[in-house]
Amino acid sequence: MSHQNCRHLLGSLSDYVDGELADEVCAEIDRHLEECENCRIVVDSLRKTIYLYKVTSGPPSVPEEVRQRLYLSLDLEEFIERKANSEMGKA
Amino acid sequence: MNQEKRVEEFSLEALRAGNKAEFARLVEAYSGVIYRLALKVVEDPQDAEDVLQETFIKAYRALPNFDGRSSLSTWLYRIATNEALMTLRRRKSASVANTISIEEPSPNEDNEQEPIQIVDWCCLPETEMMSAEARAYMEKAIETLSPALRTVFLLRDIEGLSTQETAEVLNVSEVVVKTRLSRARMRLRELLSEYFGERAARRSTPEGENS
Ligand SMILES: [Zn+2]
Repeated sequence: MSHQNCRHLLGSLSDYVDGELADEVCAEIDRHLEECENCRIVVDSLRKTIYLYKVTSGPPSVPEEVRQRLYLSLDLEEFIERKANSEMGKA
Repeated sequence: MNQEKRVEEFSLEALRAGNKAEFARLVEAYSGVIYRLALKVVEDPQDAEDVLQETFIKAYRALPNFDGRSSLSTWLYRIATNEALMTLRRRKSASVANTISIEEPSPNEDNEQEPIQIVDWCCLPETEMMSAEARAYMEKAIETLSPALRTVFLLRDIEGLSTQETAEVLNVSEVVVKTRLSRARMRLRELLSEYFGERAARRSTPEGENS
């Protein structure tokens, strides 16, 4: 990571993996990655890091007891039983 | 995430009027994501439950004045995030007298850190990367982030909010969101590389010894 170019690109890599960079900057990084293995590894492992957090984060859910107490605290006891829509958050 | 779609499924009119059935639908739809976020910010089930309850209690009270300028989900995320950060702040002031505001990234995090770990660990099998031990390590890695970086990372990469939505939730500019996200991701990459890199190296040595 001592290469001047590498350091200069570091702050852009997060935007780069999101595809949120202007075309010129993106092309510049593409060119650099072709010739710099270190940066390639950083980009790959950055992508992998984000991916791993995404896939292991699990579906949004509330433990049943927590959900029951939530409804009680909100004075919504009468709606506790209706679980039909509870999977909506997954969409 | 299909948030816009979900928002349209709610009657703002009924919600503003305090309609309980409609509010219950809102709770049902969003309690899962709010709880997941709260749990990852405060890292304690009891505190996360308190955040969850406070979020919807406050939302119910504030709904009559909800102006609809932001989407319902962004609005709920904002209430929840504030509650969670407040919980952290209380906890911190209860333990140590710390003068550094929780909103401020700690001095170290202000600087773009150069990658130190340059190890190719992407070849590791997914089963190994998703083992219980690896997941526990990943959770710990998130905990090392300052609340400011952690919330941005969770909102963007776990909850799937856009940069603009995250900026709205945290009341900061989009540039700040991007900068914090970059720092959070790079730091996590660093920590994961340390962990998985060691395992990748062990794999490639025929003896598989680690001493
Ligand atoms: Zn490079």
